[in-house]
Amino acid sequence: MILFDLGLAVLVLGVAAWTIAAREMFSAVVGYVAYGLLLAIVWVRLYAPDVALTEAAIGSGVTGVLLVVASKRLSLLPQADAPPGRGLKRAAAALSVLVAGVLAAAVLTLPDPAPSLAPEADRELAATGLGNAVTAVLIAYRSFDTMLEKVVLVLAVVGVWSVAPDRFWGGRPAPLGPPRPDAALVFLARVLAPIGIVIGVQMFWVGADEPGGAFQGGAILAAMAMIVMMARLTEPPRIDSGRLRLALIAGPAVFLVVGLAGPLMAGSFFAYPAGFAKPLILFIEGFMVLSIAVTLPLLVAGPPSRKGEE
Amino acid sequence: MSVLLGLFSLVAIGAGVFFFVAGTLALLRFPDSLSRLHALTKADNLGLGLVVLGLLPRAGSPLAALKLIVLWAIVQLSSATVAQLIGGALRRQDAAE
Repeated sequence: MILFDLGLAVLVLGVAAWTIAAREMFSAVVGYVAYGLLLAIVWVRLYAPDVALTEAAIGSGVTGVLLVVASKRLSLLPQADAPPGRGLKRAAAALSVLVAGVLAAAVLTLPDPAPSLAPEADRELAATGLGNAVTAVLIAYRSFDTMLEKVVLVLAVVGVWSVAPDRFWGGRPAPLGPPRPDAALVFLARVLAPIGIVIGVQMFWVGADEPGGAFQGGAILAAMAMIVMMARLTEPPRIDSGRLRLALIAGPAVFLVVGLAGPLMAGSFFAYPAGFAKPLILFIEGFMVLSIAVTLPLLVAGPPSRKGEE
Repeated sequence: MSVLLGLFSLVAIGAGVFFFVAGTLALLRFPDSLSRLHALTKADNLGLGLVVLGLLPRAGSPLAALKLIVLWAIVQLSSATVAQLIGGALRRQDAAE
């Protein structure tokens, strides 16, 4: 197995170097997606299947689509031929080396054995009613952080929308696919979307006890929404739709309300009443899945760029 | 019986790996995009199918075995579609030149 791990590490570094050196933007994006998938295998080898699922779905999948769409839009800009200057490149390289260096130093100077809260997290697991310690950490032990992360997602959508020209405000983002998409893509969207929805919901549901959870399940649902929009079976929604905005904030809002009700129910903010933690956690997660499934396609679709019919 | 099943797994997974290696070689060696695509889709579908077949006796439960088969079917679906899309893009590119 050590040979496999060594090969994997060499491969990850090689693909990373290739991605940095790639001359074309599209090749770099392809390299980045491959890098993310290899990283997911690394997480599996580190016995972190939850992180592996997230890396594959978000780090590689959704980010990959975001980058492809972004590179396509950049190439449509008039000054697309002007490459970034030498100074900018050097500054970016220096910053990356600095971040990587600090991270490496932090990991290498850890005492052996590294400090860990894993035993404590495992010991209190029964009190949450959950079987998956990762979900317990995310939605119970440090639920406030997770709530704020979901708020960040909403802020990201607001940021994307805020670059819309005034005349298109409230309209629809540009379509994700060509006017007449390939028949094979339409077929894939029709067949895969129902299967993907089942898998996404299942991944959220089993997340209570096994690897999975709201983020991974929501990302799969988001991917299904994107593929259906790419096949032009549906259009990106108008951004002034009340239902859309409700779905966008449902996750953090429900999380916040349950957290604020904590002092009444369990004596402290973001605490769950004993014996009733698991149903509450699943309730919050259900709305988080909805918000994530709506947020990610909206980030990919970009700001509204047309009025759109009523 | 378990020895026979183990042998079955070994042979099937070995054959699957062979197809993956053959597909990778073709990807590296074949001259044009369409033949590379042809080799890759055939080899990977068959390769993954054989690996899944070899893993079935080791799945532990019928549900886990079913998941493996569904996994293979989804990969079949997406790889066949992607092959169509890439093939279509190549044809349009050729027509434009």
